[in-house]
Amino acid sequence: MDLSYGAEAETYRETVAKFLNENWPLDEKRMEELSYEEACDVFRRRAIDAGYLYRSIPQKYGGAEQAPDTIKANVIREEFSKKWAPMEIRGIGTMMLIPTLLERGDEWMKEKFIEPTLRGEITWCQGYSEPGSGSDLASLKTAGVIEGDEWVINGQKIWTTSALQADYMFVLVRTEPDEDKHAGISYLLLDMKQPGVEVRPLRQMTGTLEFNEVFFTDAKTPKDWIVGKRGEGWNVSRTTLKHERSGIGSTAQTDMQFERLVKLAQETPLDGKPAIENEEIRQRLSVLEGCILSHKYSGYRQLTKDVTGEDPGIIRLMTKLYSTEIGHQVAKLAMDIIGDAGMLGAGEARIGQGLKSSQSWIVQYMYSLGIAIAGGTANVQRNVIAERGLGLPRDAAADRSKTS
Amino acid sequence: MIFDLTDEQKMLQETVQQFVQNECPPTRLREIFDGEQPHDPVLWKGLVELGIAGLAIPDQYGGAGLEMLDLAVVAETLGHGAFPGPFFNHALAAMAIAWAGSDAQKEKWLPKLAAGEALATIALSDPAGGWQPEDWSLAATDTLTGIKPMVPFASVADVIVVGVAGGGLVLVEQGASGLAFETIDGADRTRRFDEVSFADTPCESLPKGAEVSGKLRDAGLILLSADALGGAQRCLEMSVEYAKTRRQFGVVIGQFQALKHQLANMALAVEPSRGLFWYAAHAFDHVPEDAVRTAAIAKAHITDAFMQVARDSVEAHGGIGFTWECDVQIWFKRAMFDRSFLGSPARHRARCAELAGW
Repeated sequence: MDLSYGAEAETYRETVAKFLNENWPLDEKRMEELSYEEACDVFRRRAIDAGYLYRSIPQKYGGAEQAPDTIKANVIREEFSKKWAPMEIRGIGTMMLIPTLLERGDEWMKEKFIEPTLRGEITWCQGYSEPGSGSDLASLKTAGVIEGDEWVINGQKIWTTSALQADYMFVLVRTEPDEDKHAGISYLLLDMKQPGVEVRPLRQMTGTLEFNEVFFTDAKTPKDWIVGKRGEGWNVSRTTLKHERSGIGSTAQTDMQFERLVKLAQETPLDGKPAIENEEIRQRLSVLEGCILSHKYSGYRQLTKDVTGEDPGIIRLMTKLYSTEIGHQVAKLAMDIIGDAGMLGAGEARIGQGLKSSQSWIVQYMYSLGIAIAGGTANVQRNVIAERGLGLPRDAAADRSKTS
Repeated sequence: MIFDLTDEQKMLQETVQQFVQNECPPTRLREIFDGEQPHDPVLWKGLVELGIAGLAIPDQYGGAGLEMLDLAVVAETLGHGAFPGPFFNHALAAMAIAWAGSDAQKEKWLPKLAAGEALATIALSDPAGGWQPEDWSLAATDTLTGIKPMVPFASVADVIVVGVAGGGLVLVEQGASGLAFETIDGADRTRRFDEVSFADTPCESLPKGAEVSGKLRDAGLILLSADALGGAQRCLEMSVEYAKTRRQFGVVIGQFQALKHQLANMALAVEPSRGLFWYAAHAFDHVPEDAVRTAAIAKAHITDAFMQVARDSVEAHGGIGFTWECDVQIWFKRAMFDRSFLGSPARHRARCAELAGW
């Protein structure tokens, strides 16, 4: 066991810290001249040149093109966080589309889309789920046919985050209706700003509008805006690039949630004294801490395996489910601590916008459910653990070849 | 960042695992579990020959002088096999003598304990309930009078390390006057215990006993949490194996989502906590500021998880799971021991809250 990053990483840390001291914030005069977004852009360009951001992306597409190194990536993230310096833009475009294009896209696509996406000049949304195709995504029905030089698309997508703001969508469309369900899908790129695309926002239980329904009525996209060949869309959508995963092993979010919870218990009165002095609350906090620490050290295990290139095993499949379960438990305990305030509405409130502490926990109480559903519900995660982790057979009902 | 077992630790674990598989397969385990004899000297001798009896004893006394994590991975492997015998109590008693004994006491006992020529145990429970040094009420002078309720393998031990009022530790030798045993019908028949009574029984103080008794408790908590992780892992494996072979409605039951999800939840209760006992064991030797509290959390969290997974395992086996014939009950009862010995999860969670300054 050696829980340090090693001497080499600490030297690297000093280099990163020196860069940050010199470059963020920009000098006072420039910070005044520029908007915050412009200042971030100036800083990001320097950080890319120094090799700190978009490390896995080739220089010709605007990246830093560095050899994969999980430890360096973690050091960078830690140092940037300390200084509140702008990090990579984390959107569906940078996280999902760019890796897919790098692996499967045509050269012209890479040149046209990657650099503007990582600079935040264009934004994307993801057209996967449909009203009738949730966990059985491959049963999707939105249809694409070629007419002349264009694809003509009809159908509907749902749960599309940021569709209202996005410039483009990467979308799974059924283009080969006679093929088996997985083999009939293509992966297209599509301009959102056109008459054939209508976006209707969906209001969430928290009151906010983050995702949408998207309707296609003869929406059009050029014939060559397809990633991979016709009928390869399912595999293209599952492309994962072997690029550096800088989030590995980080449990900062659950650690922070727990710290906030302890603080809440210290500051909130219960039966005439601080809630933290209540025996039941103390027990439940300690139960939770067992999970928080298990999560933390599982992160260490995975980071170790990532560095040595070994398969971490079943623990890799558990990260999402375990952290969302912790999120539920933290929010539930917070609700019990705030007492009657737990009957109040969350309003249009968003997490972390200077809300009263109790109200932010009400949002969190609901939001933790959204996190458990997005990107594969908890029950889908359990299937994955059981099938891929424990080697149990696939569900009898999951016939893999029929579209309906 | 290296948060993993070393190659040596993996090899140690593999060696012990091989030994358990060969010498104590479920058929042999079953004979001991159902038998009247509390202790199987042949199996114990096998472990001794692997050097397990002296793992944590300093090398100058014939031990291997290894660290808590080495001991913990062995405990995990033995828990996985529900290995019957006195590993746990022998290791703790040896550490107590090594940390707190006078030179003469160390010379007298440690070489014999390392070589397996003598067997040692620990008497840490209190008749009024409670296992922590501050709970111990037996007053010791040159002699000892009173009882200690749950002492593993006491009747076959050559020496007993007894926790006494004030948090101190004393040694009592087998054959001492006034020493008597009453066999307790414990649920876990892989680790039998006796109630020990003392009547003006001669005893010998371990000079630094009061300084190390907290540390001794922490070592016990870590070894129990490691044993529990191994046992819980085995319950999961047995359940998965059963789900892959038992057929109903013309298919193996592991194809049904209800059972799959239960098994996934069991896996989720086990696997993430592996790093927790690793860290607790690592902290014990290398991160003193975390050692006490992490040991308490690991014990509470993992022994609780073991109990729950053992219950789920009975359920996953259906009717057969509720029979004496089904091996799951052996681990179920091992979980009962791990959970209660040295104090309940609730007791250690209360300590954990207190230690955090909450």
